[in-house]
Amino acid sequence: MALSIEDIKKIAHLARIEVSENEATTTLAKLTGILGLIEQMQAVDTTGIVPMSHSQDLAQRLREDVVTKTNQREEFQKIAPVLGNGSSEKAVDHGLYLVPKVIE
Amino acid sequence: MSNTSLTNSSLFQLSQMLANKAISSVELTQAFLNRIDALNPSINAYIALDKDKTLAQAKAADARIAAGSAEPLTGIPVAQKDIFCAKDWQTTCGSKMLANFIAPYDAHVITLFNAAGAVNLGKTNMDEFAMGSSNETSYFGGVKNPWDFDRVPGGSSGGSAAAVAARLCAAATGTDTGGSIRQPASLCGFTGLKPTYGVVSRYGMIAFASSLDQAGPMAKSAEDCALMMNVMAGFDERDSTSLNRAKEDYTRELAKPLHGLKIGLPKEYFAEGLDASVATVIEAAIAEYKKLGAEIVEISLPNTGLSIPVYYVLAPAEASSNLSRYDGVRYGHRAAEYTDLMDMYNKSRAEGFGAEVKRRILIGTYVLSAGYYDAYYLKAQQIRRLIAQDFVEAFKQCDVIMGPAAPSTAFKAGEKVDDPVAMYLQDIYTISTNLAGLPGMSVPAGFSNGLPVGLQIIGNYFDEARMLNVAHQYQQVTDWHTQMPDLTMPKDIA
Repeated sequence: MALSIEDIKKIAHLARIEVSENEATTTLAKLTGILGLIEQMQAVDTTGIVPMSHSQDLAQRLREDVVTKTNQREEFQKIAPVLGNGSSEKAVDHGLYLVPKVIE
Repeated sequence: MSNTSLTNSSLFQLSQMLANKAISSVELTQAFLNRIDALNPSINAYIALDKDKTLAQAKAADARIAAGSAEPLTGIPVAQKDIFCAKDWQTTCGSKMLANFIAPYDAHVITLFNAAGAVNLGKTNMDEFAMGSSNETSYFGGVKNPWDFDRVPGGSSGGSAAAVAARLCAAATGTDTGGSIRQPASLCGFTGLKPTYGVVSRYGMIAFASSLDQAGPMAKSAEDCALMMNVMAGFDERDSTSLNRAKEDYTRELAKPLHGLKIGLPKEYFAEGLDASVATVIEAAIAEYKKLGAEIVEISLPNTGLSIPVYYVLAPAEASSNLSRYDGVRYGHRAAEYTDLMDMYNKSRAEGFGAEVKRRILIGTYVLSAGYYDAYYLKAQQIRRLIAQDFVEAFKQCDVIMGPAAPSTAFKAGEKVDDPVAMYLQDIYTISTNLAGLPGMSVPAGFSNGLPVGLQIIGNYFDEARMLNVAHQYQQVTDWHTQMPDLTMPKDIA
């Protein structure tokens, strides 16, 4: 199935990756090649075959419902990104992370 | 003893020298750091070095040896692939996205090496987020193959591979999602093992494709890999797919004779696509195994060809999900300029990821998107089971499977970088074991035009000790694994 430039832009939007017109064109060529490779799967009859999601058929482990993690907020916020838009401060304030306003 | 023979010694020899006080860990570590100083600027195997931290660990190891509480790897300098979080170390996964990321905690593998008293020499270069077979997708530049600087070391564990081959570490860690330990081991001429899925914890190992990712040792011999496995393997409750099994001694079967060993040769691994000179080397290795008393059985893994299409659905799908965490909010790269939240996400990710990573995220997003899930993702999971069943049938007829680890020797830098499909075919002999969750190794088996060729050994689930035995016995009667590249060194270091 052939991809179009519009498909590339839609996928890029879903993946939250900005693409320029130029990038969309080169990406289209490369992705078309990769999808051509993937298409080989369609020739295989897989009727009745149970999909394999993991190599070992395991049940998910359960653990005791007790606190196992300690608060490391300060440690983790040391590596916060720089705010940007002219500010070279870390994107944190009173233990919270700063992002552009989403609710007016 | 000269410093070259020191940096060329086996882990067992080094461990004995440390125990006998023939050398201290600080001296040994300094010998490697000197070699790194001299050679890393041209090879680019390491992304991050921190001599103070490294030497502090060596000093602590010496104190532990003096106190009589040393373990086999205490004081041994090990290189860590930059995919493992190591507290207070720059941990980039080869990406601009994490170029400034200082890990706030240790991966389980790092915790285990620290507990064993091993010395962290530094973080090694790799393809960005482990996506590549040549180390050329790294944000921190390509890595030279120590056998020929015009050629790639393989990938994604290219920095660890070059570090082992050039003796810039005593041993290294790698990870293998589709061949990233075995293919570079083949291209750089040393021994690498990808264990059974679930044997080594993935906690703190930056995720690529979670149902396939598995860490393992990269070292000069099977014996060294066994000693590394004794540290790395084991249950960890923080990894939901870690297998709760008893601790094993991976050296326990090394000395066993191979008489009566049944080796399966899959006809699909010797078909079109395999370089003729690589085939010759592999056939010679098989002849050597016959001399050791092994029997050869022809087997078939009929779905081998489908492993690449299946992998390029499953791995990108899992990657697109795993890499959605890089949004520029709490850590990692954030764009310098943006208008609103959506713009911040779009720009941060567009700037932070390289071309190959973006391609795989886009493929993954596409195959998981509404209307395509059954045709791609579910179909791939069904064929994954067919591939795994091929191995179940094969292991009814043999103890181990052998073949090439890679279809060719090291290729030239730049040769495949613009052709993702050609690059993906590098992993034709390795991917199916990841899909099946089986253990696989690459062992040096000879040379073609001066470039190393690796023999792949695939074992049944949890047969690592047996595979290490099979490799070790071969290394007792051959010397391919002792060959090292001729690297020009300043006199005072060589």
